[in-house]
This record gives sequence, structure tokens and C-alpha cells, in this order.
Amino acid sequence: MLEIKNLHARIAEDETEILRGIDLTVKPGEVHAIMGPNGSGKSTLSYILAGKEDYEITEGDILFNGESLLDMEADERAAAGLFLAFQYPIEIPGVATMTFLKTALNAQRKARGEGELSTPEFMKRVKDKAAELNITMDMLKRPLNVGFSGGEKKRSEILQMSLLEPKLCVLDETDSGLDIDALRIVADGVNRLRSPDRAMVVITHYQRLLDHIVPDVVHVLSRGRIVKTGGKELALELEKNGYADYVGEQAA
Amino acid sequence: MNIETRALKTRAETDLASQYEALRASAGASVALRDKAFALFEAKGLPHRRVEEYKYSDLRAHLKSAAAPAAVASLEQSTASLAAAEAFAGVDRFRVVLDNGRLVAGLSDLEALAREGVGVTDVALLLEDEARARGVLSAPALACDDVSVALNTAFLQGGVAIAVGEGASVSKPVEIVHLASGEGARYSRVEVSLGTGAKFTLIESFAPTASSGEVNAVSNYMVGDEAELTTARLVAGGDTHVSSIFLTLGTSSRVKTLGFNVGTGFARTQSFVSFTGEHADADLLGITMLRGKGHGDQTLVVDHAVPHCNSRELFKAVVDGQAEAVFQGKIIVRPHAQKTDGRMMTQALLLSEEASMANKPELEIFADDVQCAHGATSGQIDEDLLFYLRARGIPETEARALLVLAFLAEAVEELGDEAIVAALEERVRGWLSVEA
Repeated sequence: MLEIKNLHARIAEDETEILRGIDLTVKPGEVHAIMGPNGSGKSTLSYILAGKEDYEITEGDILFNGESLLDMEADERAAAGLFLAFQYPIEIPGVATMTFLKTALNAQRKARGEGELSTPEFMKRVKDKAAELNITMDMLKRPLNVGFSGGEKKRSEILQMSLLEPKLCVLDETDSGLDIDALRIVADGVNRLRSPDRAMVVITHYQRLLDHIVPDVVHVLSRGRIVKTGGKELALELEKNGYADYVGEQAA
Repeated sequence: MNIETRALKTRAETDLASQYEALRASAGASVALRDKAFALFEAKGLPHRRVEEYKYSDLRAHLKSAAAPAAVASLEQSTASLAAAEAFAGVDRFRVVLDNGRLVAGLSDLEALAREGVGVTDVALLLEDEARARGVLSAPALACDDVSVALNTAFLQGGVAIAVGEGASVSKPVEIVHLASGEGARYSRVEVSLGTGAKFTLIESFAPTASSGEVNAVSNYMVGDEAELTTARLVAGGDTHVSSIFLTLGTSSRVKTLGFNVGTGFARTQSFVSFTGEHADADLLGITMLRGKGHGDQTLVVDHAVPHCNSRELFKAVVDGQAEAVFQGKIIVRPHAQKTDGRMMTQALLLSEEASMANKPELEIFADDVQCAHGATSGQIDEDLLFYLRARGIPETEARALLVLAFLAEAVEELGDEAIVAALEERVRGWLSVEA
């Protein structure tokens, strides 16, 4: 599903190198966790996957279902089935959440040559999925993410993900700013989306999210490179010992 | 004449002088009033950049020549023009049609309005009687020396006076459709008066004029005590457009106005608002959407002459290409107008490198127990917002349009009338779907 090959990237503006040769292969049905200390390049990787223009790829390639993502615009990647749940979902005053959801869903359907959903059909889908995530109709009428609490914003991201039914979900620190109850709601929402033909890349600092979303593979990212790959027990080990071993290894 | 005359220098100014000479002969009962107004023009010439009020909208430099007053349109012409003027087709409303500045009774819903108890009078008829002409043609105090208003008076072709009686509530909005058939200049006057406690929703729409067309329109809204007026004004395209709006608010009246300028030509909308009775509220909203070499000016003078009134001014501009938008807003609080609350905000979204916005907010406060504030912002589309939308599969053009709509939404929705808001939002979407 996703093949990242020797990916090197830097910030376009000041040419700071962030990613220094990432190799990663994710197969359908798998959940990969990417862990690592602050500044290791986790969020950059998620932005680059989604197509943010602030970065420059200097080497390597990203294949999504066999096709290179690098020539695709952000909206084309989304329509192709890639979804990034933002660490900091953005507030957009003046755009009602419901309008946004409908525009996004229909834009993707259009790009894939599927017909637009009728309003009743769309409403039914939103209502069902919103209920699962404890999202009220009142929230959906409000401008996108405006005045939402941290937990509401993250639930809104998961609602978008459930509605858009992507093939690859990239979750960037979805656990940040969540209390235990909110974490459970979000994790349940994510787990409902697990399926044999959908893959997930879960980026996190902390092991606790991985208690709820249990990964198949765990990678440690440090200084722009994957320095260790293991099973879910690797996350527990990191929780116990910290990242010091890996940071040290890199520096040596 | 006693006024010291200033030599009229430009081609447009001499055009106007000879056109007035020709018109004067047939001006009849209104000739003295017209002469007085024209004398002001002769003394001052067309307003230019050294006239403070026109600093950013140099009418003298813009007008290379002045089109002759447009002739009366035939009913066939008006019918065809009306068919093309469908900006508010989705609003259930009565229509009053003016073409080339004159009332077209045959295309207006006059009988239905009469049944609603709304008095509709042809301004051209009022001009035939000197006393009644004086009522129409005397310029309100706030702009007694404005040359655009003076030219409207001197060249006035006609218009409509609408009277909504005491306590009346008209069942549907009224749209005054200003058509422009063929070439030439249009000078029209709209008089609207609301009796005590009346409720009225008014649209004025200006269809695009032919390439050499000019429009000089004056509207005078008198809102009685406890009356409620909601009004939208759409200026769509045209080469040269100047609108002057006078709004007078009585005690405890409520007014919402929205001026919507969209075009590629030269457009100036100047509003003169006077609070004459206490406890009145005005929401004054404006939207400007420009591209190409368009020039759009919304100028506003709000005169708080009495205590306990609120005004809220919100003006938004979306500017693309090499267009230039202007906002000038002045709030005056007179010495006795205590407890005045005035809040003015102007915001611009610049869509290109060469687009520009001139913001000039002014407060003149002579009372000491008031709350007044103003703010001005200019910015571009936020790239982070754009990325968020695109990451959800919304293509760039559509995402930009969504963000522009979101930027304007506050000012449009504040008007409150759902059908009119929907029509204007459709207009915004239409503008956005055209490639710059």
C-alpha cells in the first residue's frame, strides 16, 4: 500500500534537512506506529505524505499503491485514499462543519468518477458516524473546529476519516491533548476503521495510545531516519527506557 | 450667477456643461433647482484627488469624457434588459423597474403594491411641480456640497418615491431594478419613507451598463420612529457608477443595510447616515469584490447627532488582479450624543500581488461618554487553511472559493433576510467561478 524509499526531505525555505533516508513499507491491513523524540521528523513525515508544499524532496520516492505521490497535489492524494488526521486541526471561521464535510466528500467522489451523494443520504451517514463519536448535531452546525475543545477537534478529525473512508490513515499525535475518556472514544473510532484492506500509520510520542490502537509494527524515528523496527513490545520498551539509546546511537 | 465660476478644464467637464445647456431648455418647473445644483459643479468641477473625500477615487481623472444623458428606453428594450437582470430571481418580491433613470410603470408591480398600501409615485411627475420638486431635489445637509449629488440633481431624469404608511408591513421585499438600455448616462432618484412602526425590505439592483455607460444614482431613505428597514444594494459591473445614499433614522428605529459592489469598472458608493432620534440601531454592511483594473470605493459618514444610538459598520473587500478597493468610514459623535456605541471594522482579502486596498477609518468624537472603536485589516488567504481543505480532497480553486465565502459570510449573513442572503451568496459563488 505504502512504500517509502530512501526519502530525503528538507524545509524549502531555509533548506534545513529533516528526513535523511527513510525506508518504510506498509501493507494493507497493517497498523504501523512511528515513535520518536521531539524533532525527529515525525510530523514532517506526515505533512510530506499529505502533500504540504513547505517541503522539498531531495532524494527518494513515496509510492502509494504503486504510484508515486510526489507528482500529486494534496487534494489528489486525498481523493486517491490518503488521509492525514492533523495534530492541530485548523479552525475555519465562516465554514459550517456540515458544509465542509459535504464539500470534501463530494469533491473526492467526483475526483474518483463517483456520483455526488444526495443530501438525505449524506445526512444519514454523518448522523450515524457522529453518534458513534459522541458528536452532537450542534457541533456540526458550528464553523469548522471553531470553539471546539481539544477533544472535540480530535473527534472531528476521526469523524472526517470515518466519512471519507480512506485506504491509508495517517494519524499525527492524535492522542495529544486528550484525557482518558476522550482517548478511548477516539481510539474506538479508529479501531472501527481497521480492516484488511486499510492501512494505518500512527505517529505518537507515547505508548499509551498504543494500548488502545494496537500496532502490528513499531518504528523508532530519530534524526530523520528509522533507527529501529520491532513488534508492539518495542513501544513498551521505549516507555520504560526512553529514547536515549536511539538518540545516542545516531549521534555516535 | 454670484458664485465665482471656476473654469471647467477637462473634456468631461466641458461635455457636462454643454449637455446641461441643452437640457436646461426643457427643464420646466425644476429649472431653478437644477441651476443651483449645477452652479456648484461649475464652481468646483469634478471631484479629484486633492478633494479629501475623493482622495482615493479621482473622478476627474477617471472620466475621460462624459456620456450624454441616456434617452428614454423603449418598452421592448426595457423588457429585454429586465429579462437579463435576474440577480434576485430567487427572491419572492415585488418589482419596481427603472430604465435609463425613469420609472417603467408597465413592468412594475404597481397594482400589487397599491393593494399592500404602498404609495408609489413617479419622480418625473413630481418634477413638474416646483414645490414638489423642491421636496425631492433639496440635497440633505450631510452632502450639500457633494458634486456627484449636485450632478444627479442637475441632470435628474426620474425615479420613484415609495411611501410605506404608519404601522404597515409589506408582505414581500421590493426590488427596484435599475436597468440601463443602450448607451448614455443615467441620473435617478429613489425616495423611500417609512411611517412610524413600518417594516420594509428593499433591494436596489443595478444591472451592468454598456461599456460607455455611466450611472449617478441617489437614494434617500427616511426611516420613521420605531420603523424597521432592511436594504441591500447590488452594483454589478458597469463603467462608471456613483451611488449616494442618505439614510435618516428616527427614534428607536432599526436599520440593516448591505452595499454589494462587484465589478471591473469604477464604482463609488457613498452613504450618509444620520441618527435624528434616540435609541436607534444601524447595521451598515458592505462587500466589495473586484478584479481586473476595477476600482471600488465604499465611503461612509455616520452622524450620531443624538444620544443612545448604536451603529455597527462591517465592510469586507476581496480584491484580485490589479484592482483597487477603497473604504473610507467616518463616525461623528456630536457633543450631546452621549452613550453612543459605534463599532467600525474594515477587512480586505487580497488575492494577487498587485491588488490594493486603501482603508481610512475616522472617528470624530465630541461627547465624553461614548464607546467607539475601529479596526482595519488586510491579508491574504491563509496557506494553512488552504492546505487543510486540500488535504481533505477539495481542489485548490474550490478551496479558495470556500475560504473567500467564509471571509464574506459574516457581512452577508448579518443582513438577516435569508432569501436575499442566498441570492447574494450565489452572486459571490458566481464571481468566484469565473477565472480571473
